[in-house]
Amino acid sequence: MQCDEVARILPEAVEGGAAVELSVQRHIEQCLRCQAELARYRRMLRGLQLLRTRYLEPAPGLLAQTLAAIEEAGERQAVRSILSGRRLAYVGAIGGAAVAAGTAATVMIVHRSRRRTFSATS
Amino acid sequence: MVTPAPFGESQVTTNELPREPNELDRLVAAACDGDRPAFDELVRRTYVDTYTLAMRLTAHEEDARDVVQETYLRAWKGLKGFRGDAQFTTWLYRITANTAYTTVKRRRRHRADSLDALLEEPVETRIEAQPEESAEQSAALARLSGALEQLPPKLRVLVVLKDVYGLTHEEIAEELGISVAAAKVRLHRGRKRLRDLVYEDAQQDGKRWDHAV
Repeated sequence: MQCDEVARILPEAVEGGAAVELSVQRHIEQCLRCQAELARYRRMLRGLQLLRTRYLEPAPGLLAQTLAAIEEAGERQAVRSILSGRRLAYVGAIGGAAVAAGTAATVMIVHRSRRRTFSATS
Repeated sequence: MVTPAPFGESQVTTNELPREPNELDRLVAAACDGDRPAFDELVRRTYVDTYTLAMRLTAHEEDARDVVQETYLRAWKGLKGFRGDAQFTTWLYRITANTAYTTVKRRRRHRADSLDALLEEPVETRIEAQPEESAEQSAALARLSGALEQLPPKLRVLVVLKDVYGLTHEEIAEELGISVAAAKVRLHRGRKRLRDLVYEDAQQDGKRWDHAV
């Protein structure tokens, strides 16, 4: 196994959890150059983990803007649900009126046809 | 051209997350039931953390602010889908990652033809020292943070989410809409590139990064 081959594997091997081939492990144990390279990756990972607790302070106003955006979205949603509720009511009313008109028309037609039949027989 | 604010200018050392996890859980439970004041309190307690992640992912002040707003809007709408089997903060990181990734892709498309893309320089990083850390360590972290910003966004997002925030490959792949294998490959490339940036730049400057962290 050559150092170049090991160097290609190190970005994964540094975590330790990944299965590293025995030949790679043996090479690292005997090669100072690869040991140094592995140590570099480990330090880099440690540094990245330290960055986790370094918070960046946002410019003033972000919190207020964010809360306002949520508020606005909530209001929009409420308006939309009111409108959709009204739309349902309109649709219901129109549908009801149409059914009522249809029923009335049917009754009238039936009534007229009965009268015609009655006058024809008499 | 929009000049991003340097990281270092806004670096803080305080921990804004609530110290009592139970308090956060209580707020999350109340917010899930539609309690707006509870959600507002959650925003107050987590927005610095969310902003920090957004900045690390986008490396752009304006984009990071947009990402924060969009993240909380999505979180508020999606709270009913939060099952509580993951930590609330992890859930929030995933939304932030997804939003930031979309923002960065959109921004790159939008600015691809403009001179901005060519002229845009990485954000300079300067990290203020925490009381318990040496000046050398602060400088090393600043260098690392600066190198992170120089990574291509596709690689940076993987390194930040996996190595800084500890998300799993599966979680990252799901949020970015890529396969787990692709996530692993990008992480591998990202670490390699970051290593080159950190150590080769340090060598050029005649500084030793090794012993600081």
